[in-house]
Amino acid sequence: MSSDQERPFHTTGDVQTETREARTGAGTDNRFNSKLREAFGSSPFILTKFDKFMNWVRGSSMFMLQFGIACCSIEMMHTYAVKHDLDRFGAGVPRASPRQADVIIVPGTIVSKFAPRMKRVYDQMPEPKFVVGMGSCTISGGPFQQGYNVVKGAEEVIPVDIHVPGCPPRPEALVYGVAKLQERIANGESSPVTVKPYELEQFSDLDRDEVVDKLADQIDEDDLVMRYNWADSP
Amino acid sequence: MSKGESLPETTEPTTADDVAALIGDDLLDREEHVNAPGFVIRPDSVQDVLFRLRDEAGYDHLSCVSAQEYEDRYESIYHLKKFDDPTDEVSVVVPAAKDDPVSESAEPVFRTADWHEREAYDLVGIEYDDHPDLRRILLPETWQGHPLGLDYDQDRPQIVPLREHANPLQEDHEDDDGDTMFLNIGPHHPATHGVLHLETVLDGEQVIDVESDIGYLHRCEEQMAQQGTYRYQIMPYPDRWDYISAGLLNEYAYARAAEDLADIDVPEYAQVIRTMGAEMCRIASHMLAVGTFALDVYGDFTAIFMYAIRDREKMQDLLEDLTGQRLMFNYFRLGGVVWDLPEPREEFFEKVRDFLDELPEALEEYHDLISTNEILQVRTVGTGVLPPDVAKSYGATGPVARGSGIDYDLRRDDPYGYYDELDWDVCVEDGCDNYSRLLVRLREVEESAKIIEQCIDLLEDWPEDERTIQSNVPRTLRPEDDKEIYRAVEGAKGELGIYMRADGTDKPARFKIRSPCFSNLQTLPEMSNGEYVPDLIAALGSLDIVLGEVDR
Ligand code: SF4
Repeated sequence: MSSDQERPFHTTGDVQTETREARTGAGTDNRFNSKLREAFGSSPFILTKFDKFMNWVRGSSMFMLQFGIACCSIEMMHTYAVKHDLDRFGAGVPRASPRQADVIIVPGTIVSKFAPRMKRVYDQMPEPKFVVGMGSCTISGGPFQQGYNVVKGAEEVIPVDIHVPGCPPRPEALVYGVAKLQERIANGESSPVTVKPYELEQFSDLDRDEVVDKLADQIDEDDLVMRYNWADSP
Repeated sequence: MSKGESLPETTEPTTADDVAALIGDDLLDREEHVNAPGFVIRPDSVQDVLFRLRDEAGYDHLSCVSAQEYEDRYESIYHLKKFDDPTDEVSVVVPAAKDDPVSESAEPVFRTADWHEREAYDLVGIEYDDHPDLRRILLPETWQGHPLGLDYDQDRPQIVPLREHANPLQEDHEDDDGDTMFLNIGPHHPATHGVLHLETVLDGEQVIDVESDIGYLHRCEEQMAQQGTYRYQIMPYPDRWDYISAGLLNEYAYARAAEDLADIDVPEYAQVIRTMGAEMCRIASHMLAVGTFALDVYGDFTAIFMYAIRDREKMQDLLEDLTGQRLMFNYFRLGGVVWDLPEPREEFFEKVRDFLDELPEALEEYHDLISTNEILQVRTVGTGVLPPDVAKSYGATGPVARGSGIDYDLRRDDPYGYYDELDWDVCVEDGCDNYSRLLVRLREVEESAKIIEQCIDLLEDWPEDERTIQSNVPRTLRPEDDKEIYRAVEGAKGELGIYMRADGTDKPARFKIRSPCFSNLQTLPEMSNGEYVPDLIAALGSLDIVLGEVDR
């Protein structure tokens, strides 16, 4: 940059306005009344407003967990990739590690062997964290609801903020779901809580019954287990 | 194209009676399956009989093991074929007693029997004598009961532990400064293409042993099919076995098996549409295979992955025009397809032609970016080697087998649909390494394009009054009691077979899926033991597994 040009940054407001008006004409443009400014307003209540600011930031820059389970993950990949490009909405950087992610899209059927693992992955994500359930399988078990091995929906294991129905949902639907989630986060709405989900518990804490007795010599007292009561499943 | 030579000095039996003579005293009874003669043999001489059939009669491909429970007995069926001629089949039926279901394992004869028998043990409950490692394979080890057995109670509670996958080395290696270590890859890991868990033992950076732990996506596909009626309720499920856009190929497998079981004809016009749709799916599926393979090797979401997705998007658009869905097509019906080509037909043909016109250029890009790329070549040429005899013993099929120089493609060798009327080639590479498998896929895309083009030509000129899309099929199908069939088609990943047994009702009594990925994945230790970890990842990528089909 040559020395006789103006310096690129100005610290006083009137210079800024001056250059802006020089560029765009006087009094026409309010682009600088940004969302940020709307969020802050002119009110002095920093604490609540700061929360609001943080919510807005959270909603606008979401790191997704790169997490594929079943068929829906193919459409999820398409949502991330060219054409649908979820990144346009500030939500498209898949992270391979749950410790760096704040949104998990659950794309597929959850079976008994995988549910404890998924719970573990979810537990590893830092707070605050959000869950998008993708596809009918995460709602109810979908086409496999009657399977002997299929967990009847993601909500049996972790709380879900947004359900995107479909088998599989189109990428557009997933984009809509994610946008909805962003909107909710920005509005500071909290996620629902599942009622009596399957939990990881220590084997010794289970109520003794026939199955527990049978497995007593295979599982250690302090092993974490997940107990499926299929008869009570929806 | 020349087929593998058969050994000149053996006089292979040609008729079922010859085979029966070969089995000799071990033969208990004979059966007739729709696809092949069945031989009931003594449960304690399985190895003997299979050795003889393999070495003296040339049945070198154990395609599938179907196990089931009857009211009065258990039964395992070994579906044998020849790699040289897959239409030459025999079924070896091994009964086992109801109160103590034990039969001899076939693992010493065919390595692939290892996993197939573990699955039979897991789901049906038959035990195999002399099996090296008879454990559950799909369900958690603490599962109670065998879900495809007759008296399984689905409502009984189950307990599944979350074990830290135990490190078998920890104790003896904790203090010494050896280089041996134990590494868990998955079940949630970007390189495993889904929910696969690899238990790897390393010496420094070299893989000493790798064991695949599968079952994280076992969603009871066989049970679902057994609960559905032949006519309509089963067809949606095949889409979800191999879900990488290979839906129509899977539907083809079910359609073919069920049509042969119930003697249904398919109008020629519908066959052309089916063939075209199936090849479209193959292209879409191979695109993703190539894209994710590059992703595995380069380790980042680079251009090649995006290119692959771009081309897949185009293909999905075409498939959506044809079927109405992007991924789960549900387009085939027994006896045909559900509807005709979209109107206006000219527009559809033009779109397909546009895609085909652009394809050579796109493939050129792929070759620039992948196959001629030095980095990729260094990583893939000569790594993940799978010799042909090992591949055969594991029952590997599809691009994995063809990359090992095995000239085996059911579209040509066991023709169905319209394939034998068209002009195309089977792609075989004999490098046996990761690179060959990649090349086979890229070349197969070209061949599929050729097939689609010919189908389009045919469809364009098809006289308007002969466009029958479905034959007359009764509303309810009830194939005769005890009719059994095993039929396979060439899916995107290899031989996708279905075994069905009818019991006179409108639902199959047993429905067994022979998944190509299941067999192909079994070869992973052979390819990666002794190699470096990155080569293990490359080998896994080149196998192109999809967990929905491995676990079913
Ligand atoms: S909702 Fe449908 S597409 Fe999605 S994982 Fe389940 S079966 Fe597959």
